[in-house]
Amino acid sequence: MWALLIRDLRLATRSGGGFGLALAFFLIVCTLVPFGVGPEGGQLSRIAPGILWVGALLSCLLSLDRIFALDFEDGSLDLLATAPLPLEGAVAVKALAHWLVTGLPLALSAPVFALLLHLPGPAYPWLVASLVLGTPALSMLGAFGAAVTVGLRRGGLLMSLLVLPLYVPTLIFGAEAVRRGAAGADPVTPLVFLAAVTLSTLALTPFAAAAALRVNLR
Amino acid sequence: MSIWEYANPVKFMRTSGAVLPWVVAAAALATVGGLVWGFLTPEDYKQGSTVKIVFLHVPAALMAINIWLMMLVASLIWLVRRHHVSALAAKAAAPVGAVMTLIALITGAIWGQPMWGTWWEWDPRLTSFLILFLFYLGYMALWEAVENPDSAADLTGVLCLVGSVFAILSRYAVNFWNQGLHQGASLSVAPGERMSAIYRYPLYLSMLGFFLLFLALLLIRTRTEIRRRRLAALLARENRA
Amino acid sequence: MTELGKYAGTVLAAYGASLVLLAGIVVQTVLANSRARRALQEHERRG
Repeated sequence: MWALLIRDLRLATRSGGGFGLALAFFLIVCTLVPFGVGPEGGQLSRIAPGILWVGALLSCLLSLDRIFALDFEDGSLDLLATAPLPLEGAVAVKALAHWLVTGLPLALSAPVFALLLHLPGPAYPWLVASLVLGTPALSMLGAFGAAVTVGLRRGGLLMSLLVLPLYVPTLIFGAEAVRRGAAGADPVTPLVFLAAVTLSTLALTPFAAAAALRVNLR
Repeated sequence: MSIWEYANPVKFMRTSGAVLPWVVAAAALATVGGLVWGFLTPEDYKQGSTVKIVFLHVPAALMAINIWLMMLVASLIWLVRRHHVSALAAKAAAPVGAVMTLIALITGAIWGQPMWGTWWEWDPRLTSFLILFLFYLGYMALWEAVENPDSAADLTGVLCLVGSVFAILSRYAVNFWNQGLHQGASLSVAPGERMSAIYRYPLYLSMLGFFLLFLALLLIRTRTEIRRRRLAALLARENRA
Repeated sequence: MTELGKYAGTVLAAYGASLVLLAGIVVQTVLANSRARRALQEHERRG
């Protein structure tokens, strides 16, 4: 398990692994939005929580198809399926690796991007907290989507269509927590719901993803 | 004699072929009857003639949810007992469900315009239906994309399970996110808040009509899928020989 | 004919759009079915 995690992390951070790509994409989204809605600070700070969450979600989506595609092509996924480690565990580890290279950096760097969008001061800790709590679910659901579409040509577009509706609850609770933080209200309730969504996703999705992988490896 | 006998495609084709004309006739009768009766109801004192839209809107919304439930059950039967007819029925139901969702959304928008003064409002019920529509689209796209029919049935079955959980989760999340304009249940059992009988009976009839219409379409579409599958199997056998 | 009052456009648009959609799915279903049946019969006749 450790070996698999370290291997995945090394592959992702090596050149061409797309490690910084998600962050760069996030930066571009945060740069483009003011061009779209105008530079006025008040308006930006009102929509900043939503933009930050949608941006994080899209950046996360960008690298999902790499979770299984490369391993599927070179055959190491077949090895994983026959290894003593249950496939469910392998799926969870690969989702964890994806989170460590995209979700976590996104969450930690989000305050910098939030500056660009004039996010109100009290919301910063809640932004980081909600992203740290929410992005694991994004990676795990993404692993499910990647597992379903792994053998397909043009799977990337289809995967977005399958995965994005699954992101709705996470997005709602995450953005709501930040919005309440920005308004000075109590953001604990949406955060608790967000954590519940993430935990149940982490507990149940590996089974669905592993089932889909087994079908695709038949 | 058990229900599982109909999992045999030949048996299914024979039985469905025999009942199909009756189902089609009943569906046409009930749908047309319900809609015409609904169209002729008097105006509501508050909503004017727009109340007539309820005879399209409510049955379509009802079927949109129930068709997804039927797909969930059919997918479970396929995943557990591997009956091909069940998987094909789930596939056949999806486009009908998508159309029902679309009807509910469009009639809702047209109705909302004069009543709420807006075509679209990010109201929990409306938003949930939009999300349901996205799930239907993803489900159908996945069926189209996977070439091996058994893999397609498996993958869409798993997607239907996961999608059901998240559709319900989204429903509650959306509720939390925004309190809406939409009224509560129109056919509540609690006395006092039920709609009056002149609207209720045509509504029941058009609900029955939409259900029978779905049943008729489902049978025809499942038969189409079985025939396509059989043709593909025959062609494959020829190619091997 | 029943009186629709000032919301005539609304009601007719709702009925029209729904009937078009329903007709669409019905026609598509029937066409696809007859196409599949004909293809299968064709194939079986050729043997």
